[in-house]
Amino acid sequence: MRVSSEEELAEAVRGACAPLTVRGGGTRPVGSTGAGAALDVSGLAGITLYEPGALTVVAKAGTPLAALEAALAAEGQRLAFEPADWRGLLGTAGEPTLGGMVAANVSGPRRVQAGACRDALLGVRFVDGTGAVVKNGGRVMKNVTGYDLVKLMAGSWGTLGVLTEAAFKVLPAPEAAATVIIGVEGADAAVRVLSAALGTPFDVTGAAYLPGEGALVRIEGFAASVAYRAERLAAALGAHGPVAVEADAERVAALWCRVREVAPFHGKAGDVWRISVRPSDAPGLVARIGGAWMLDWGGGLVWALLPEGSDLRAALGPIRGHATLIRAAAATRARIATFAPEPAALAAISAGLRARFDPRGILNPGLMG
Amino acid sequence: MDLPVADRSVLARKAEIVARLRAAMADGAVIDDPAETRAYECDALAAYRCAPLAVVLPGSTAEVAAVLKVCHEERVPVVPRGAGTSLAGGALPTADSVILGVARMNRVLDVDYDDRFIRVEAGRTNLSVTGAVEEEGFFYAPDPSSQLACAIAGNIAMNSGGAHCLKYGVTTNNLMGVTLVTMEGDVVEIGGAHLDAGGYDLLGVVCGSEGQLGVVTEAVLRILPKPEGARPVLIAFGSNEVAGACVADIIKAGVLPVAIEFMDRPCIRACEAFARAGYPDCEALLIVEVEGAEAEIDEQLGLIRQTAARHDPVEFRESRSAEEAQKIWLGRKSAFGAVGQINDYMCLDGTIPVSALPKVLKRIGEMSRDFGLDVANVFHAGDGNMHPLILYDANKPGDLETCEALGAEILKLCVEVGGCLTGEHGVGIEKRDLMEVQYSAADMEAQMRVKDVFDPRWLLNPAKVFPLHMSAGRRAG
Repeated sequence: MRVSSEEELAEAVRGACAPLTVRGGGTRPVGSTGAGAALDVSGLAGITLYEPGALTVVAKAGTPLAALEAALAAEGQRLAFEPADWRGLLGTAGEPTLGGMVAANVSGPRRVQAGACRDALLGVRFVDGTGAVVKNGGRVMKNVTGYDLVKLMAGSWGTLGVLTEAAFKVLPAPEAAATVIIGVEGADAAVRVLSAALGTPFDVTGAAYLPGEGALVRIEGFAASVAYRAERLAAALGAHGPVAVEADAERVAALWCRVREVAPFHGKAGDVWRISVRPSDAPGLVARIGGAWMLDWGGGLVWALLPEGSDLRAALGPIRGHATLIRAAAATRARIATFAPEPAALAAISAGLRARFDPRGILNPGLMG
Repeated sequence: MDLPVADRSVLARKAEIVARLRAAMADGAVIDDPAETRAYECDALAAYRCAPLAVVLPGSTAEVAAVLKVCHEERVPVVPRGAGTSLAGGALPTADSVILGVARMNRVLDVDYDDRFIRVEAGRTNLSVTGAVEEEGFFYAPDPSSQLACAIAGNIAMNSGGAHCLKYGVTTNNLMGVTLVTMEGDVVEIGGAHLDAGGYDLLGVVCGSEGQLGVVTEAVLRILPKPEGARPVLIAFGSNEVAGACVADIIKAGVLPVAIEFMDRPCIRACEAFARAGYPDCEALLIVEVEGAEAEIDEQLGLIRQTAARHDPVEFRESRSAEEAQKIWLGRKSAFGAVGQINDYMCLDGTIPVSALPKVLKRIGEMSRDFGLDVANVFHAGDGNMHPLILYDANKPGDLETCEALGAEILKLCVEVGGCLTGEHGVGIEKRDLMEVQYSAADMEAQMRVKDVFDPRWLLNPAKVFPLHMSAGRRAG
């Protein structure tokens, strides 16, 4: 079923008597059971409001991310949280949409400096499981009027409601960018140098480690300022290993695209896990899990490629954080939960919310526990 | 202001309830003498007062849990309280409620500079969080005006902002985890020293829920390395409209100042009389602050100067020393105090799209004349968060009511132009009855469902946020 307006969508949900699988561009089918009839919302597209002077954009949920990013780029602005395209990683086709990005709360390397998708999200409109149209938040940067359901919707994978529109804070795109590359080996050394970089006042907007390629530290801004900070960082981090500075705009962009899209794992067999931990726990974690891995967010985000069917959570031990099984065969998914199981008290709250927003249990059943 | 009818059975059992609370707490942590509970009858919104049943001041998460368990069993409403600096009446008691103050819980529990977080007890004051890490060159970004006094607990409850949000965001963007005690007395950890949620973003929902979903006893906060330097400029204009247009142009120019503050003539005049900051004689002024190394600051200020020049400023004042910088901020920082010296005032907190600034300022001027009350405007222009101060005379019969009516009209205007009722102070008791201006019945229903899940008996922070007629059925259950 394809809908092209919020009213049609509300009617479709109200009239549904069987489960629905919400679909935007279909590029992030993480843990989807596909149990219900497809509800295609890609027809709900278009930018409804863009005010560059207010750093605000509002668009319908089915809007292709590429179209939104092009409109922002035309005004010298961008989505600061750097949403990643997962098609290469997941082997999917189609067009990533705004709604899908919000539903998955997708944030890239700039998460460490500019916040996550949920932090840039100012307002949402959605249709809940009863078919009611709900709005929350708005289009202004500071808004504490009532409860923040905007955050609740981000990362809820369409299980609490079907997004129809979202408003974002956008930021100016920088004039220049550079990457300081430190030749270190191993997670221990990498997290040490990335923590050191993130502890400087030089406004680091990316801190990643690709084994074999070194620790990568990104800075962005006005050209003179980027040059100044690259020099200061190179001096400050030199004790950790040999330092090189990449200042070519295209090569800097391509490198961070590889980090964002987890390019080292593209086309490689195995299960892909995405693990959020405190950075200093990352070295211990990667030592225990084996397999291939890479680090983003200064070590706070671990991407791991494991042999099919291995349960990474068993290796987490006492480490606090959460692991999501991003890519896996159906047989693995049948055995290992896609999303991290929550402690009983939180699980009860989550289940309670879901039961109230979708009392008939028709929105993406089976997804998110 | 309507409050729900007090539960008579609770009032009748006061002695028994107080005895149970005493048994659950360390000595002296329960106050029920009316002379001593007076200090808790209101918060910074002093126009509304109500004596609580009792006040408890627990010293640990375990004591908070014990108190909540007793209150849940006895069906006693609980009003969580941080430092009591709410401007929205967020900590106003009801006659049948127990005030649960966390001010005694103010320790730093853990600091990690490599992982860039601090874990504190929630009663700790905002400024003393930065105080705990500044020697190592770090700071905690959200900086509400009351930061010397206000507690992290209240910051989380109201999702507080401050002057530097344009760059650093508000509380919710700097909060990584909480220890939350539910009304039933269960202690749950949400989030932690890692980023983002693995399941639903419950942390995002708790932040800004005005103490109605649980009591936050500990918080993990993101700390940031301090920038190398910061410098403000002052730009004076011949009209509010031109100043407003300049704000939008600065943002469009690709500069991201850490703060853009706006003051109009009535406010400038009050500040001059009070703080003698030496502000120019003008209709409106902006204080724009940028950060970085000296050369970086020069470059950004150069761009701002070019942008401002297109709007014929009356004056563009740079600061060449720390003293001059301080002087630029002096008037703005003393604005509320200055206005308070000459008048009683009510501080509003609506947010508007930055593009609507000139129109809204013009309309506020017209409304001010219609209602016969002066309005001084001082606000965070970069993010559209306005703080119109309505001046009135508390001793003049009817003046407070006129002031409230004007305030409501201004907030309705904020919503009408695409903004909201409150940008950083919260709904509390003050804006509760205006919620329907911004939200439909379905919008409110969705929010109240969240409350149903966390606090099924609706005992936490009663009478706030939701208009009483909308929550009546739920509260009765």
